[in-house]
Amino acid sequence: MNFIEGAPCRAADATHIQSTQEDEYNFGYLDEQTKRMIRRAILKAIAIPGYQVPFAGREMPMPYGWGTGGIQLSASVLGSDDIFKVIDQGADDTTNAVSIRKFFARVTNVNTTERTEEASVIQTRHRIPEIPLSDDQIMIYQVPIPEPLRWVEARESETRKMHALEEYGVMHVQLYEDIARHGRIATNFMYPVKVNDRYIMSPSPIPKFDNPKLHMSPALHIFGAGREKRIYAVPPYTIVKSLDFEDHPFEVESWDNCCGLCGAKDSYLDEVILNNEGERMFVCSDTDYCTHRREQGHLGPMAAREDIAELKGERA
Amino acid sequence: MQENALNTVTPGLKNPAQDNQRIFRAILLTMSRPGTVTVLGNWAEPPTALYPATAAVCLTLADMDTPLWIGKNGPQDVQTYLRFHCGSPMVRKQEKASFAVILDGTDLPDLTLFNQGDLEYPDRSATVIIQVKTIEVGRGVKLTGPGIKNEMQIEVGGLHPDFWQDFRQNNQNFPLGLDVILATPTEIVSLPRTVQVEV
Repeated sequence: MNFIEGAPCRAADATHIQSTQEDEYNFGYLDEQTKRMIRRAILKAIAIPGYQVPFAGREMPMPYGWGTGGIQLSASVLGSDDIFKVIDQGADDTTNAVSIRKFFARVTNVNTTERTEEASVIQTRHRIPEIPLSDDQIMIYQVPIPEPLRWVEARESETRKMHALEEYGVMHVQLYEDIARHGRIATNFMYPVKVNDRYIMSPSPIPKFDNPKLHMSPALHIFGAGREKRIYAVPPYTIVKSLDFEDHPFEVESWDNCCGLCGAKDSYLDEVILNNEGERMFVCSDTDYCTHRREQGHLGPMAAREDIAELKGERA
Repeated sequence: MQENALNTVTPGLKNPAQDNQRIFRAILLTMSRPGTVTVLGNWAEPPTALYPATAAVCLTLADMDTPLWIGKNGPQDVQTYLRFHCGSPMVRKQEKASFAVILDGTDLPDLTLFNQGDLEYPDRSATVIIQVKTIEVGRGVKLTGPGIKNEMQIEVGGLHPDFWQDFRQNNQNFPLGLDVILATPTEIVSLPRTVQVEV
């Protein structure tokens, strides 16, 4: 008797696909031993939610800061039957997102998509998609600075001890200083969270708006920092709590405006300057969400304007 | 006879890059969703004492960087197979192993002798693969913790009854502790150290 609970397990399908990828590279660009090392680190990261597992990060064919950590994770996770989505600042059509998507289409023969619901693996840097994630999705984050305590303690030997001893008082001091200076917690991105009631973790540079999406998420979240060579993870259905105080509870950003294109009031908005007259508009940072809403007929106050074709995703 | 053994060593994975990826995704699924069983048979053709599912996990995760322990009584053909296909050093001392294969789940060694990691590097702990007879979901011990929405239940046949008590202790040592993969001949289920067990 075989039992498959939860997510459909395509991984266990025993057919052997003959890849049509370019023969000059190993499948997934990285060599098998490197992928094994990264895969072991991913499994340990899942077993210790929020703890940063050191790994022997490799040089990738792009500079640090362009997502080398996330790319090494994707290279170790992706198979030719996956559907891969890449977003940068929530957008599928920015340079970084497009080149990473092309890279993996080339070295793993993976199918790509811009639709959140279609994707089995989503690589991201700054955002978690607005559409709720599902059980069979894996989020892969490109992380610039994995250590949440780095801002208060520069020495790795010390931050490692602080994690080991669960000595996290200083994090609250940092947030308190925010309150003392600004009257509120002014940290808006990389807002620290406590995972499974044990490790304090930096959720990469996502805005704090996205922090609640990590809590009890049905998807698996894996974070990779290429320069700092750390991998960490939040398993599905795991408690993720943003740090706060009783009298200054955690709050997400809110806007007075709605999205100028699709009228959404529930999504994360970017402010865009339109012209030299200083005219501006707010627009969904998640391009797929915005496009989907407009397809459904939702129109924002500026949707009819013709001088913003580029923002609307229309090609000239 | 070493030469003789190498002449008769059975095949590993047919298409390593693709197979490793698919097997890894099955392991990833079970590790991130404890209590979920995935099918993992017929990838490799190991000697009889080593299940195909166990062999698949070893071939995908173990290599020259990960010392492997299979106990004093590990048959020669199993040792040869793993040494040849994984290239892992075989260690006699439990505490030196990154991976351990326990061929018979009813005959467990002292699990606390495996490397539990240390507080600064809890990731350095061992991963222990235990071969069992059957795994059924929906009844048996209750599992809760990260990766599990409400609770999961599994009943494992061919596993020493003390295991669950040991695993409870393992969970209480978090963030230290072992991560366990239970394998039948064709399926695996994973129990990372975060799993809380209620018998």
